[in-house]
Amino acid sequence: MYDVTYHRAASVDDAAAKFSAASDGQLLAGGQTLLPTMKHRLAAPSDLIDLRGIADLVGVKVSGRKVTIGAMTTHAAVAENAELAKVCPAIVKLAGGIGDPAVRHQGTIGGSIANNDPAADYPAGLLALAATIHTNRREIAADEFFTGLFSTGLDEGEIITAVSFDAPETCGYAKFPNPASRYAMTGVFVSKGGGAVRVAVTGAGSDGVFRHEGLEQALSKDWSAAAVDGVKISADGLMSDIHCDAAYRANLIRAMAKRAIA
Amino acid sequence: MSEQGIGARVLRKEDKRFITGKGRYTDDIRNERQSYAAFVRSPHAHAKVKSIDTAEAEKMDGVIAVLNGKQLTDDGIGNLICGWAVNSKDGNPMNMGAWSALATDKVRYVGDAVVLVVAETQAQARAAAEAVEVDYEELPAVVHAVDALKDGAPQVHDNAPGNLIFDWGLGEEAAVDKALAGAAHVTEMKILNNRLSPNPMEPRSAIATYDEAEDHYTLYTTSQNPHVARLVLSAFYQVAPEHKLRVIAPDVGGGFGSKIYIYPEEIACLWASMKTRRSVKWTSSRSEAFLTDAHGRDHVSTAKIGFDAQNRIVGLKVDTIANLGAYMSLFSSAVPTYLYATLLSGQYDIANIYCNVRTVYTNTAPVDAYRGAGRPEACFLVERIMETAARELGVDPAELRRANFIRQFPHETPVIMTYDAGDFAGNLDQALEAADYKGFPARRAEAAKRGKLRGIGLASYIEACGIAPSAAVGSLGAGVGLWESAEVRVNPVGTIEVLTGSHSHGQGHETTFAQVVAERFGLPIDNIQIVHGDTDKVQFGMGTYGSRSGPVGLSAIVKALDKVEAKVKKIAAHVLEVSEDDLVVENGEVKVAGTDRSMAWHEVGLAAYTAHNLPAGMEPGLKEGAFYDPTNFTFPAGTYVCEVEVDTETGETKIVQFVASDDFGTIINPMIVEGQVHGGIAQGVGQAMLENVVYDEDGQLLSASYMDYTMPRADNVPSFAIHHHSTKSPSNPLGMKGCGEAGAIGTPPAVINAITDAIGNNDLQMPATPPRVWAALQAASAKIAAE
Ligand SMILES: Cc1cc2nc3c(=O)[nH]c(=O)nc-3n(C[C@H](O)[C@H](O)[C@H](O)COP(=O)(O)OP(=O)(O)OC[C@H]3O[C@@H](n4cnc5c(N)ncnc54)[C@H](O)[C@@H]3O)c2cc1C
Repeated sequence: MYDVTYHRAASVDDAAAKFSAASDGQLLAGGQTLLPTMKHRLAAPSDLIDLRGIADLVGVKVSGRKVTIGAMTTHAAVAENAELAKVCPAIVKLAGGIGDPAVRHQGTIGGSIANNDPAADYPAGLLALAATIHTNRREIAADEFFTGLFSTGLDEGEIITAVSFDAPETCGYAKFPNPASRYAMTGVFVSKGGGAVRVAVTGAGSDGVFRHEGLEQALSKDWSAAAVDGVKISADGLMSDIHCDAAYRANLIRAMAKRAIA
Repeated sequence: MSEQGIGARVLRKEDKRFITGKGRYTDDIRNERQSYAAFVRSPHAHAKVKSIDTAEAEKMDGVIAVLNGKQLTDDGIGNLICGWAVNSKDGNPMNMGAWSALATDKVRYVGDAVVLVVAETQAQARAAAEAVEVDYEELPAVVHAVDALKDGAPQVHDNAPGNLIFDWGLGEEAAVDKALAGAAHVTEMKILNNRLSPNPMEPRSAIATYDEAEDHYTLYTTSQNPHVARLVLSAFYQVAPEHKLRVIAPDVGGGFGSKIYIYPEEIACLWASMKTRRSVKWTSSRSEAFLTDAHGRDHVSTAKIGFDAQNRIVGLKVDTIANLGAYMSLFSSAVPTYLYATLLSGQYDIANIYCNVRTVYTNTAPVDAYRGAGRPEACFLVERIMETAARELGVDPAELRRANFIRQFPHETPVIMTYDAGDFAGNLDQALEAADYKGFPARRAEAAKRGKLRGIGLASYIEACGIAPSAAVGSLGAGVGLWESAEVRVNPVGTIEVLTGSHSHGQGHETTFAQVVAERFGLPIDNIQIVHGDTDKVQFGMGTYGSRSGPVGLSAIVKALDKVEAKVKKIAAHVLEVSEDDLVVENGEVKVAGTDRSMAWHEVGLAAYTAHNLPAGMEPGLKEGAFYDPTNFTFPAGTYVCEVEVDTETGETKIVQFVASDDFGTIINPMIVEGQVHGGIAQGVGQAMLENVVYDEDGQLLSASYMDYTMPRADNVPSFAIHHHSTKSPSNPLGMKGCGEAGAIGTPPAVINAITDAIGNNDLQMPATPPRVWAALQAASAKIAAE
């Protein structure tokens, strides 16, 4: 790791100010991605602005079907939230399936979506749930937020404060873990509510998380595994790497969509 | 059996320090004015080194020295060598390319060390290493063994034309061809053995300290065999004469073979400590470990096996290309030859066997012994082709094996091994019974109802351990003898120190070796201390690998114990005024048989050291040494039965039952043996289903971290059912065979046989990952649709 100056932010405004003052600052959340990258000497920020002391950014609020999750809420806190489990069990399951216990107790929802790893779990959940991403400057719809591999609609220095969504009537998530990293080799989040069906796929697309129109149309007509079998799932635009090829990922989209509905 | 003697499940003495974080590993050691080394490594798989600019690096904070390969060779440091000379069939010696600890003119794989930076802190060393500018001229690279032999392939070493290191054969080719020509049935298949990364929990580390006043070096390092390290460092690499070099391998966190060898880093650190007059420390990062720890396996083979009309094997012919990587590591030549082809008879009575092995250079990390070393490759080949043949012949794979088992011992195979003992059918029966083999069709039908494909696979393995009779390996080209030594020191108070040339890096020697001594004299194991891993303490030793610590290391201890007992009896006979022949040593006493007269063990110790009343002419003291040279290899064997269920939608495969029946001969501590088997099976499952070293066509390592290299985890393996059915080895005093590698040898074929049985497609290579299993399923159903 290279030398870096560490700051602990007292508030979101304080974090923003410290970020502006730094020559090449970076926000630190759970550090589960950022710190390994720094240890590998692949990232060398001049300053780290730690968001962990900001109480406003932590916690899950459920009122009726409206759900708000603070950016600094850990995966473990989401996974263990009983109220959330009642209205949206799939997101609870998703959070409980990220990494290992150590990762889940450090990693945060804000860090995960800001990073937008193409194999991360949350992007699929938030895209399928039509979530809103709240920042210190504005609100961004999930459809506009996830813009490609490791890229988001965030501007330089913009801080995610929370995500919110309306819990749908029904939803589900199934992930086929990469055998080595246990990130998603393919993960499919399905949700149905207010007449709309949304299906988001992570781990498979060569440009990151995406919505699958064919599955959405078929499932809007018939919310069943049989309907999934009737959809043609193309391997075009899917990733091939040392773990598997695009054809297998196309197959996994089908298999995981069926498991997500079941 | 006493509570702490042979056969007792004694908890491991060493675990107290390990599980309380008090183990002392190389990286835990910090010398006065410790300095730190970082290596500049090649980012290219193959390139000429045109120039090296160290000016920037030298100016950086904390930098003590920036050293290169030219300086190293100018100082007379020798090239790394392979210590086992294997000749080609035509009698020509192997084509060994030069390997300098720091590359001079050319780099040959990604990770090849070029420059060494020594600095006050590790961070400073790393930062300065990044500032070194090496100007490379990139050359085309070759990665796969088969490609390396093709016309026009990039040439890795000038003195190995066509990248061929040697073209070696074992057995009678003409006789095999004739047998196969007359066979009623021949099964032929192509078999790949995937390349593996060893991944011991503790990465490699070295701390070299030069003492100017004494002109003496001390090296702490992660070694499975510190004496061999010292021998090679002094005799071949000219770092220092042996009496001026002390090598210490303190607690070592696993090796699996990868810590047998001397690597460039140890050599470079020793030399750098002399140059800088500082203690120099290097600890591998996990990334460096992936790049530079010697890999395992990587064979491409074709095999043909012929049967007569009664399904008796008439001949086996094997052609193997083994990838040895960019340089010949210390024992690399022996692994795909004398540790491989010699085991191709498996458990079967085969009159004719021929194996041809071509070893090749490629632009990849060096390949050497890895848990099992050659025997897993042999076992995988034999057991895959036996299962395949059974399917083709339409006979039960268990019965095809049984019909061909060797039943008379000693048995000489056509590939220069003499099996000394075994009961192969006994192990097969035990395994089949424990696995409820007969009930499998019902389990398969039940699984089908749940939409799962269930399959069963066997492997009847044999391997050679207790490496090895020195004269025999010498005649085959080994540069060293493979005996072991021991010294037993009985202190004046009767406690005992046992100095052994074996080295424990997870095997539990501090417990099992103490159990053997405890059993012998009836002493508590807490009174016995095992000392190993330091060339200044232990007289000599060949170290631990090839499951040799039991059959060879303990045999040396037993020999020394015999001598101690003889002297003890002489002393006691003198004091008690009886004949030695009337004495027995048991329960910590030397007793006159049939009487109540005795001398306590510690009284004998005291008598030996006070020397007030010893037999005339006897030397004082009670300390005996022994060297033990085995008369033969030992042959652990057994049958493994694996049962899997495959998900047809994803190809996910779950091992639902795994039964082992092993013949390890005498077992000292069943708990430790079971641990070895569990670990071995997990590693075998790793090879069969998960692990794979992948380079791209340019020689970049793609599986370079745990994000991409899949280690087996608890949820990848089932609960194992481990059974023993033992015959004693007649080749060593305790009747031991060795258990450290069996799991990794017997498991891969059992797993692949089970998966291929489940999916109805035999065309499946390791690792059988879900996408590969799924693709094989697709191919199988496409074939059915087409028919
Ligand atoms: C071993 C391991 C296994 C893992 N497995 C999985 C898995 O299975 N599935 C999965 O989805 N993930 C997985 N992860 C990722 C992990 O869950 C984290 O979500 C992820 O690393 C980022 O979260 P973090 O809180 O640690 O962020 P950090 O690493 O601290 O930050 C990541 C990036 O986000 C930026 N950032 C952080 N917070 C904010 C904010 N509030 N506003 C704006 N930018 C911000 C940082 O500046 C940085 O660029 C794994 C990680 C590890 C180490």
